[in-house]
Amino acid sequence: MAGPVLEMRSIVKTFPGVKALSDVTLTVRQGEVHAICGENGAGKSTLMKVLSGVHPYGSYEGDILFESKTCQFKDIRASEQHGIVIIHQELALVPHLSIAENLFLGNEHATRGLINWRETLRHATALLRRVGLDEHPETRVADIGVGKQQLVEIAKALSKQVKLLILDEPTAALNDEDSDKLLDLILELKNQGITSIIISHKLNEIRKVADSVTIIRDGRSIETLDVKAPETTEERIIAGMVGRDLDHRFPERTPHQPEEGAAPALEIRGWTVFHPIDQQRKVVDDVSLTVRRGEIVGIAGLMGAGRTELAMSVFGRAYGRYAAGTVLKDGTEIRTKTVAEAIGHGIAYVTEDRKHYGLNLIDTINRNISLTALDKVAQRGVVDEHEERQVAEGFRKSMNIKAPTVFEPVGKLSGGNQQKVVLSKWIFAGPDVLILDEPTRGIDVGAKYEIYTVIDQLAAQGKAVVFISSELPELLGMCDRIYTMAAGRLTGEVPRAEATQEVLMRHMTKDKEVTR
Amino acid sequence: MSTDVTAKSPAPAPPGGSGPAADGGLLGLVLAGLRRNMRQYGMLIALGLIVVLFAIWTDGDLLLPRNVSNLVLQNSYILILAIGMMLVIIAGHIDLSVGSLTAFVGAFAAVLTVQHGISWPVALVLCLVVGAVAGSVQGYLIAYLGIPSFIVTLAGMLLFRGLTEILLKGQTLGPFPDGLQKLGNGFLPEVGPDTNYHNLTLLLGLVLIAAVVWQEFRDRRRQQEFSLDVLPTRLFLLKLTALVAAILVVTLLLASYKGAPIVLIILGALVVGYGYVMRNAVFGRHIYAIGGNLPAAKLSGVKDKKVTFYVFLNMGVLAALAGLVVAARLNAASPKAGVNFELEAIASSFIGGASMSGGVGTVLGAIIGGLVLGVLNNGMNLLSVGTDWQQVIKGLALLVAVGFDVWNKRKSGS
Repeated sequence: MAGPVLEMRSIVKTFPGVKALSDVTLTVRQGEVHAICGENGAGKSTLMKVLSGVHPYGSYEGDILFESKTCQFKDIRASEQHGIVIIHQELALVPHLSIAENLFLGNEHATRGLINWRETLRHATALLRRVGLDEHPETRVADIGVGKQQLVEIAKALSKQVKLLILDEPTAALNDEDSDKLLDLILELKNQGITSIIISHKLNEIRKVADSVTIIRDGRSIETLDVKAPETTEERIIAGMVGRDLDHRFPERTPHQPEEGAAPALEIRGWTVFHPIDQQRKVVDDVSLTVRRGEIVGIAGLMGAGRTELAMSVFGRAYGRYAAGTVLKDGTEIRTKTVAEAIGHGIAYVTEDRKHYGLNLIDTINRNISLTALDKVAQRGVVDEHEERQVAEGFRKSMNIKAPTVFEPVGKLSGGNQQKVVLSKWIFAGPDVLILDEPTRGIDVGAKYEIYTVIDQLAAQGKAVVFISSELPELLGMCDRIYTMAAGRLTGEVPRAEATQEVLMRHMTKDKEVTR
Repeated sequence: MSTDVTAKSPAPAPPGGSGPAADGGLLGLVLAGLRRNMRQYGMLIALGLIVVLFAIWTDGDLLLPRNVSNLVLQNSYILILAIGMMLVIIAGHIDLSVGSLTAFVGAFAAVLTVQHGISWPVALVLCLVVGAVAGSVQGYLIAYLGIPSFIVTLAGMLLFRGLTEILLKGQTLGPFPDGLQKLGNGFLPEVGPDTNYHNLTLLLGLVLIAAVVWQEFRDRRRQQEFSLDVLPTRLFLLKLTALVAAILVVTLLLASYKGAPIVLIILGALVVGYGYVMRNAVFGRHIYAIGGNLPAAKLSGVKDKKVTFYVFLNMGVLAALAGLVVAARLNAASPKAGVNFELEAIASSFIGGASMSGGVGTVLGAIIGGLVLGVLNNGMNLLSVGTDWQQVIKGLALLVAVGFDVWNKRKSGS
């Protein structure tokens, strides 16, 4: 067995207020494909950013040894000079430049500042042949599909004399065919002696290409398994990914008793949506689900499963290109073509990205809260500031928003308090159905508990709650029923009694198989 | 931070350390108040400073009644444009076409009244309609077809300028009927006994003072009801006195000349009306929301396209009004009218606290910004500074004002 090409020892990386990596050790052998596996937010991407110099030497603790030499990368360029190249999830290509221009961007074949096109094209053609991409190097990158763009990224890495290739969820945006092609290429590069690290959620992919897998959980490396060994089953990997203790607390909750006969508050039938740019890609594929009054229904899924896309497209078609499906409210079909219509029908969507989609950060708390339902504090188009202020004060007290006054700009609040403002805003709109997308992302434990309590109260008041979350313990602690999604499809529906992290994770990693 | 609930007192403490300052003298109070409201008062103070400086440099000529009256008349149209431009900029857009549009509307008015003898009230209404149509076409292209406002209004700038020249065949057209001239040069009529002052203007000034005092006290009482941070009593009285004194001085100056210009009354109504809309109306709120964070506003059910459309329609109407005022003041429609007006209006908005990225600004800010430029213009004219240096100085004023704003924002750490 070959010796290690890379050793990362006891890596600790702290962001202000958060310990992203608390103790990670990673050993990658020469010439292998090494998978890194873990839940969303476990610290995989952070680890790779430390390795590639995005987080420079000095901003983390621990040692990195590459080819038995200690490395202190101060930026990406430094790591690339050593032959470590990272391909990010979001591709870093300039869409309006040609393939060849992209391949050598920042690294041009040039003499005295003038580009040598002959040499550029010759080299580009050679590189494209190596990754099996049959496109002319002068084609614009915008004109080729995402799968081919991914290959261009790899070709670009090869042009930099790559020794260690890092791929961050390379197949997340690809269809089956392109994924297969890409995985084959990784194996082909392995034969040429290039070591790869691949971050992936998809266990079938890991089984196909990887030699070993390191599992990261809550910023720690848990274990490294030999994928080819018979005892390394998918169950084994899943157990490693989720096997933490429940360290969060949830309010006591009496499970919902469905009323017989009553139509569900929200029903979605056959919902299908295409990607807004990649017109061929189904982001949400034939999803049907129901939520009853008083019920909290979870949607579990890994990154790219299509949960947010489902929610946003149902909420006034605010995402993607609608293809098929109907929305029923209390048993009757409703129109939700615009956000205003969706709100009018009593649906609220609390976004996962409060800073970009949830709040006007430069505006005050009271104005943010009233925005969705200004008519409630206005007469004939004129806002009654008096009443608006009282409403906001009410929420500040009931939600325990920590701010000196309701005239504080929302941008100055902490994440947890911002989230409370977003929730207040949508509660004020008075919806029957609340779709909560990662309502506790990036907020501290105390604020989480407060938000769980609010969600619980909403359900107790008879509202239907859809709870989208990447944190399985949270779903298990709060939900009456949990749907799982993978690659845009529903892959399971698990009642509270049967739900465990293992069961959910198995459904979530089921990539593209349909089971009902 | 999650457990510390006790620190949260029901009566909110005023932001910033006002405690020690409250015990200091009046000066300390003023300084503390200013420090806290730098953004609000910064430009107002700058305006005051500019006025004082130029009053000294011109040996008081700046504040002669005739000159104050002139100052209002000279700047009225830029201020009208600045109000509309402020809305456009808050919404996150820009309008480069307003200068050309004012010229076009002026020309249209001249063609109607001078060439076709149409009575001036009818012409006035038709001109405003033309402005509304021009604004709504641009607004439609921007809001519903998604063409960037910079492009649409740049095209509009060329287009309306060309149309103006076509309409006027390159000639200057005038004079206007008396009624229309009043819009640019007219004053309130003289009524009542012969005092040394213009009676109606005095009366208006007093009414205004009463209204301001009433409004300030009402605001203060309301804020106290909600146990909000209010200015310390002494500071509040000082502010009120300053406000009343300022209105009184301007009133007396105007009243000792020909009285309040008609356009000042129009402008006053616009400021109050638009200020109210931007502060209290749902429509105004939606403008701030789409400028502050468009995706969030959309997801909150704000009809962003409709709001954008109306903002540009409104700009068109105000540009038409400004066009009428300019034409009336020059008593002629000229193909070269309104050149660079859009830039003056944009500069006014930014000096008055607007942000390039939208979502921030007030109508009053636009007026203050416009007055800063106006007083600079007028003062430098009195000092016989050439237009070459005037432009240099106005450019620097814009840079300093916005630079100060950026610096101040960074210092307060937002």
